[in-house]
Amino acid sequence: MLNIIATRIEQGCRTLAFPGAEAKLPERFRGRPTIDSKQCPANCQQCAEACPTQAIQANGTVQLDLGRCLFCQECVMACPEQAITYTADFRLAATTRKSLILRSDEIPKVLALEEKTRRLFGRSLKLREVCAGSCNGCEMELQALNNVVFDLGRFGIQFVASPRHADGLIVTGPVTENMRTALLKTYEAVPSPKLVIAVGACAISGGPFRDGPEVYNGAEQFLPVDLYIPGCPPHPLTILDGMLRLLGRIENGTR
Amino acid sequence: MIPAPLSLKNPQAVDEAAVPVLPIPAFRDAVLLAVKEGARLSAFFGRLINGKQVKVYALLAHDETGECAAIGTMVQDSYPSLTPECPQAHWFERELAEQFAIKPAGHPWLKPLRHHRNYRGASDLWPGQDAASPIPGSYPFFHVKGSEIHEVAVGPVHAGIIEPGHFRFQCHGERVLHLEIQLGYQHRGIERMLAGGLSQRMSVLAESIAGDTVIGHALAFCEVMESLGGCQISPRAQALRGIALELERLANHVGDLGALGTDVGFLPAAAYFGRLRGECLNLLMELTGSRYGRSFLRAGGVLHDLSGVLLVDFEKRMKRAQKELRTFARMLFDTPSVIDRFEGTGMLTEQVSEELGLVGPAARACGSHRDIRHDHPSGIYQFAHLPMMTADTGDVHARALIRWLEAERSLEFLLEQLTSLPEGELRVPCPQMKADSVAFSMVEGWRGEIVHVVMTDAKGGIARYKIVDPSFHNWMGLAMALRNGEISDFPLCNKSFNLSYAGHDL
Repeated sequence: MLNIIATRIEQGCRTLAFPGAEAKLPERFRGRPTIDSKQCPANCQQCAEACPTQAIQANGTVQLDLGRCLFCQECVMACPEQAITYTADFRLAATTRKSLILRSDEIPKVLALEEKTRRLFGRSLKLREVCAGSCNGCEMELQALNNVVFDLGRFGIQFVASPRHADGLIVTGPVTENMRTALLKTYEAVPSPKLVIAVGACAISGGPFRDGPEVYNGAEQFLPVDLYIPGCPPHPLTILDGMLRLLGRIENGTR
Repeated sequence: MIPAPLSLKNPQAVDEAAVPVLPIPAFRDAVLLAVKEGARLSAFFGRLINGKQVKVYALLAHDETGECAAIGTMVQDSYPSLTPECPQAHWFERELAEQFAIKPAGHPWLKPLRHHRNYRGASDLWPGQDAASPIPGSYPFFHVKGSEIHEVAVGPVHAGIIEPGHFRFQCHGERVLHLEIQLGYQHRGIERMLAGGLSQRMSVLAESIAGDTVIGHALAFCEVMESLGGCQISPRAQALRGIALELERLANHVGDLGALGTDVGFLPAAAYFGRLRGECLNLLMELTGSRYGRSFLRAGGVLHDLSGVLLVDFEKRMKRAQKELRTFARMLFDTPSVIDRFEGTGMLTEQVSEELGLVGPAARACGSHRDIRHDHPSGIYQFAHLPMMTADTGDVHARALIRWLEAERSLEFLLEQLTSLPEGELRVPCPQMKADSVAFSMVEGWRGEIVHVVMTDAKGGIARYKIVDPSFHNWMGLAMALRNGEISDFPLCNKSFNLSYAGHDL
């Protein structure tokens, strides 16, 4: 017993001061990519050809679809001119699919929920997670949100066991044929109004499994998605940042 | 005269024609004899020949001698099942039946494993299935009859943030008489995507087999590709791969100790181990740019180095992690209420572990001595030895204890490697794969033995990619651990195995 108390005192408070203080991620962390098409040699397609998920289009100017991006650095390695670089910026979430298409140094936009919905969910949001063919990577980062460092509960956001207790779904994975029915039934069981949050490249676009024989290419084929959170898997801060922006608790343009 | 099985060393590529092809009865006898003499069935799978016939291969691991053996046989539509005499083959034969529509005659529980159409274009073996939308749970379950027997069905969507699977319990009151586990919900068709798919996507697919074992599967993928290309990677790349693999093991073992704390309501352990797991993931991120080590291993070597300030920082943080791990583990294992819940729960004997061919910490907790790093070492593990940790009670306590001890050994290995990193190129070019060859690799991931087998066609393209995740061997172990236990102990038992759904379903 004394041992437990002593450890408790020694450990202190480990919760991240987020939002507020700037979270520092390591130098090698691959966050939001920036593109400088001015660097591109004429007719160069090397980044597009190297990309494992065809996230890049290079027709004079480079377009990168964050919804498909696996943050794998193949494009960076293939580029002869360093036209694509990863930054340590973890702000990646967006409320429209279009906003995930990057052309230069833009940050994807999250439009906060409209007033009425925000009054309902703003300070208490209960979510049910459905894994529809993910590799477990996104699950682990969602679970990490519950640990003492990220402590999701302090924002009034909670993962619940039953869809009937939930205000929305978090979907991960490309949606496998074998999970399609379960996903749809779970969605039906959530009372309206309800949100759908697609977490990870798979849920947004199929990710590495895109066009595979047993999968669909993301949740959007079946459900109306309110928030897209890119990454493979997204860092817990990316997920947290996206949810807080959706709830209007972090303003766009701030950290 | 019947040819002897082809002897192989992990990892190795050989001419496919060198694998002896036996008539079915001789093949069957050879596998059964090897298993009886202590070999394990590490892989057992089919490959379609000329679109019609199926060639079945068995990869047998002889842990004592550090060798593996491969044999094959041709099957038309049916062959006598091995499972009645060799329970290790149970899951493998169901997989084979589902993938190629060949019947292991006499299999005691032949039903689909993942629910997909077969690859041969033949009619599936399961009549009455709704072919348009086969749902894993729609197939009949093993049934215990009796007026006081009740069934409990759980999943595919569970209460927590976990992967989908269906568990069907046959209970008498609280007592579980039988548990049947039906998976397949996560089936993404990875083996098929790896054979003949987009070449630039292969590495990321291998990293997505199981997102908690990115390094383990990527390492098995790289080693099998390098064997096929005849590529020698540098000692430095080998050491860095070992560092990443042990960091992954450390993160997962530490995380599991915390999760076991949660499941017995001991929250201090959950909080502190949970944070320590995050620290291990953050170290992996410092090294690789990703918390799970994605895009670090590539055929020919690694993409990032560990040197200078980072190396100094690593050493400091690992020493702190070592101290914290000890403090937290003592706290967990010295708490009587925790020990009361851990001890005697979900017990498996060594005999059951051997019969089912369990692997990894789950097997070592039962006293089965097996660890690829020790028995079939490759890369850095040929030079740096980690002592094998075993226990003998086979309960939740033993599985927790193994995780603690292995985490300690991994930290010792890591600290040793940091001070003695060899020189060498990070990455060397990996030549074209040899045609008409077969190669395999084995890696001790944090859950146990990962096996990748690759077969190339006449043009050097991939004709068959077979993956065996450790979970594939161990799910049956979880089902057996629940027998005659209380249904309320299921979450704790489940966590003590912590198996992969995605790795199983592929």
